[in-house]
Amino acid sequence: MLGDFDYQVVADSVPFLLQGMQVTLLLTVVAILGGILLGTLLALARLAPFAPLSFAAGSYVNFFRSMPLILVIFWFYFLVPIIVGRPVGGFYSVLIAFVLFEAAYYCEIIRAGIQSVRQGQVHAGQALGLTYRQNMRYIVLPQAFRNMVPILLTQAIILFQDTSLVYVVGVKDFLVSADLVANRENRIIEMFSTVAIVYFVICLSGSLFIKRLQGKFAT
Amino acid sequence: MSYNWDWGVLFQEPYFEWIVTGFGWTITVSLAAWVLAFSIGSAIGIMRTTDSRLLRAIGTGYVETFRNIPLLVQMFLWYFIFPELLPEAAGLWVKRGMPMPEFTTAAVCLGLYTASRVAEQVRAGIQSIGLGQRHAGLAMGLTPGQVYRYVLLPVSYRIIIPPLTSEFLTIFKNSSLALTIGVLELTAQARQIEEYTFQGFEAFTTATVLYICVTFIVMAIMRVVEARVLIPGMISLGAK
Repeated sequence: MLGDFDYQVVADSVPFLLQGMQVTLLLTVVAILGGILLGTLLALARLAPFAPLSFAAGSYVNFFRSMPLILVIFWFYFLVPIIVGRPVGGFYSVLIAFVLFEAAYYCEIIRAGIQSVRQGQVHAGQALGLTYRQNMRYIVLPQAFRNMVPILLTQAIILFQDTSLVYVVGVKDFLVSADLVANRENRIIEMFSTVAIVYFVICLSGSLFIKRLQGKFAT
Repeated sequence: MSYNWDWGVLFQEPYFEWIVTGFGWTITVSLAAWVLAFSIGSAIGIMRTTDSRLLRAIGTGYVETFRNIPLLVQMFLWYFIFPELLPEAAGLWVKRGMPMPEFTTAAVCLGLYTASRVAEQVRAGIQSIGLGQRHAGLAMGLTPGQVYRYVLLPVSYRIIIPPLTSEFLTIFKNSSLALTIGVLELTAQARQIEEYTFQGFEAFTTATVLYICVTFIVMAIMRVVEARVLIPGMISLGAK
């Protein structure tokens, strides 16, 4: 039955699939950048000596971490148009959902990274007369981010895989594009096996790269 | 921003029943998948710590394969592709003949995927014990099987209770992916209520609260379990 396979369909739809992959990558990159930015602020809030602030940040993180991503996507797909007051399309809704959702996970990674910087460094900064902001900006965060690089990248791979969940609201990412072709041409096996292989190759090369990086960073 | 609140809609038929059955499916899928993930994950994790190169390679291959393909794609592979690759009669049975095809496929897929993550935790737990105890056991004349059974596993499973708890919570959340192949679990029912009644706030809030409640209950139970099985005098290595 292997003779029945027709991978010509895959070859013909490469430009269409590439468009989908662009959406996937765009989502991934924006969610990473937004997630890290918001996650850093959350982590600083969680570690702040002001109790209400750290409680609020902690609640945010626990709230998003106990919800399935699909439910978060549905929430924002439903909420964003109501808040904005007009239809905005699925892409912007899921983009907001991803940034806010990932920020909770990045917050925990960054918090652990900040806590991995030795207290002596903080004290030394204080002794030099640096303010809290200067201390974070020039002493703690640069070292923390260096320690975090491998974990941040691992999270990026997970995020790249998770973007496939936009399928549930029909945003035309890589998987949805392949799904469209598969159903139109009735070539489900060929398309889905291609999708699996593409994801596998990208993610495996990513994790091998991280492993090499870890070897370099390890002291 | 205009929105008509109507919490009463949740208690009307059939919506109340949808939430209840949806919650039931979420729990059922999660537990069934967990049984699979825990047993296969343990086996794969142990294989990755043995002396046999072949077993280690099989374990690594398993983990890398399942970890590097998105869960949603795996769901589609099991549901759409797997039956096609089987001989015709078997394929038909998987598609229609076996009891509750969607549920079974979702549970198996989620179980096999999470097994790769459980395996990594089990491996980390065993490796955190160090070689000394393994060598001591072998020197006492225990067989390799006995070393695992009586020396390594009793300690490592205690160490990895916290990460295994979060793996279970991950399965619980990931069970929502079953909706993509037609299992009407909690998230699917909430979405369906939103589409039927336009009361999205009420429906999604209910689902969110249920997910959060289960998360807290599981965490509370596992904290008790962890305290109960703690080895006296040993600091809990896995604790944050």
